[in-house]
Amino acid sequence: MTAKFNLNTAVGVAILIALLLLPLYVELTGSRFLLTLFTRIVILSIAAVSLNLILGYGGMMSFGHAAYLGIGGYAVGILAFEGITSGFVQWPIALLVSALFALVIGALSLRTRGVYFIMITLAFAQMAYYIVAGLARYGGDDGLTIEKRSQFFQPLNLSNKTQFYYLCVTLLVASMYLVWRIVNSRFGMTIQGARSNDTRMRAIGFPTYRYKLVCFVIAGTLCGLAGALLANHTDFVSPAMMYWTRSGDLIIMVVLGGMGSIFGPLFGAVALLVLEEVLSGITEYWQIILGPLLLLVVLFARGGIDGLLGKVRRKVQHG
Amino acid sequence: MGDLLRVESLAKRFGGIVATDDLTFGIPEGELLAVIGPNGAGKTTLIAQLSGQLVPDSGRIYFAGREITSVPMHARSALGLARSFQITSLFLDLSVLDNVALAVQAHAGHSFHFWRNARHEPELRDPARAALTRVGLGARADWPASALSHGEHRQLELAMALASGPRMLLLDEPMAGLGPEESARMVTTLRELKKELTILLVEHDMEAVFALADRIAVLVYGRLIASGKPEDIRSNPQVRDAYLGEQEAVHG
Repeated sequence: MTAKFNLNTAVGVAILIALLLLPLYVELTGSRFLLTLFTRIVILSIAAVSLNLILGYGGMMSFGHAAYLGIGGYAVGILAFEGITSGFVQWPIALLVSALFALVIGALSLRTRGVYFIMITLAFAQMAYYIVAGLARYGGDDGLTIEKRSQFFQPLNLSNKTQFYYLCVTLLVASMYLVWRIVNSRFGMTIQGARSNDTRMRAIGFPTYRYKLVCFVIAGTLCGLAGALLANHTDFVSPAMMYWTRSGDLIIMVVLGGMGSIFGPLFGAVALLVLEEVLSGITEYWQIILGPLLLLVVLFARGGIDGLLGKVRRKVQHG
Repeated sequence: MGDLLRVESLAKRFGGIVATDDLTFGIPEGELLAVIGPNGAGKTTLIAQLSGQLVPDSGRIYFAGREITSVPMHARSALGLARSFQITSLFLDLSVLDNVALAVQAHAGHSFHFWRNARHEPELRDPARAALTRVGLGARADWPASALSHGEHRQLELAMALASGPRMLLLDEPMAGLGPEESARMVTTLRELKKELTILLVEHDMEAVFALADRIAVLVYGRLIASGKPEDIRSNPQVRDAYLGEQEAVHG
């Protein structure tokens, strides 16, 4: 409860500092590739942070979270294609469309529970996937190349890879801070109460549906932001951004890192994507190694990486 | 009238079964009324109607001089009528204090506050701590609720009912499933609470009922067959036939 030293936070802060120093290392060694890889990791961390809000804290097992990556991305892509390149227009629209989509999906799916909730969120995301794949004007299945990244005021220039990277890291830290504030607020306590015992929450007078819906919309909007960043990062959007396996990746990041912890999604995203990178360099069949590894985490480390770090701390204190 | 809670000609049936049969009684402020009766006598149905979970078919309910027959559940608890549940239903993965603080928060307006740390808000934490202290769980405040014993879960239930600052408590079998020691502790707690609150207690544990009740009402098939001081009830032949004798035969 008190703000004692704890290993989870220490490792989390260390990772953030390392992320901040990364461009320096890249400058010294000249490995631009690392900057590209970590820009991607940081963006997907934001998506995982947003999923953690509903999955980890709210207990809402959304299997369609990648839809917002695609929606945010396509908002930027389509507007750029139509000649509107101002980020001040593109990004608010990306967030707004994501929020609306989340509002509709949430309003319908939050009336269900358990497996039905998982299936409905999955179904909606797949629907969005097929709709986007059918947009012939915007490349359909093949996707859409973005000629020009979102334009903001000078000197902020998203085409500058280092600047863009720092923008992403800043937004990651901001979104983690936002989620931290939210989950500890009255609203956050309500959400966690609903995760723990929804029936009881309603019995003592909380209209939980309303609170969960708002939470769902916040998470969708935040993930839409990650989508807008991802589109700028790859200069390209395609339906694959929102395919259900991508939603699965996000869930794995959250579970691997530790559900319902502030740094968990960051741990999970870094661990999964770095492992993927390293293992795929070793063998073509890297998933054969990654799969059992995930299984072990789920079986033996139920709090994910965050939980493991917590255990280490307790051992150190008591031993 | 002088009664804090008053029930007039209350009736409820489920198909052919009469669960509440033309029930009329009142509880004066400060009294502990125990409602006893064999299984299926309609005790839980009665509590459900008083708390607003069930709507009676006919009859009226008054609380603090106001008719509340059609007032919904959460509004009744806002008026000061709190209920504890027969089956414990807690937030097991939250702390003991969080459980009670949520019950306080439920009565503190809407919860669309996104920024301030709710765990540092004295308006939520102080009443929650006070309620925990009253039921004897003050020392367990920071434990996860899942780490408490069954008896402590019951006490926590009680603290959550107290958290709304009620004038009257409806208690549905608070001793159910408790061991002798835990029951004794619960009786002590309730004896403290009855000094300040009006209580309607539904309970099977006769020892507890006779230890606590100012007055006892005996319900059989939804009908009030007797009501009076504990010593009168104990010697009432009709009650012995209908209920106490049967109990003693079972237990003795």
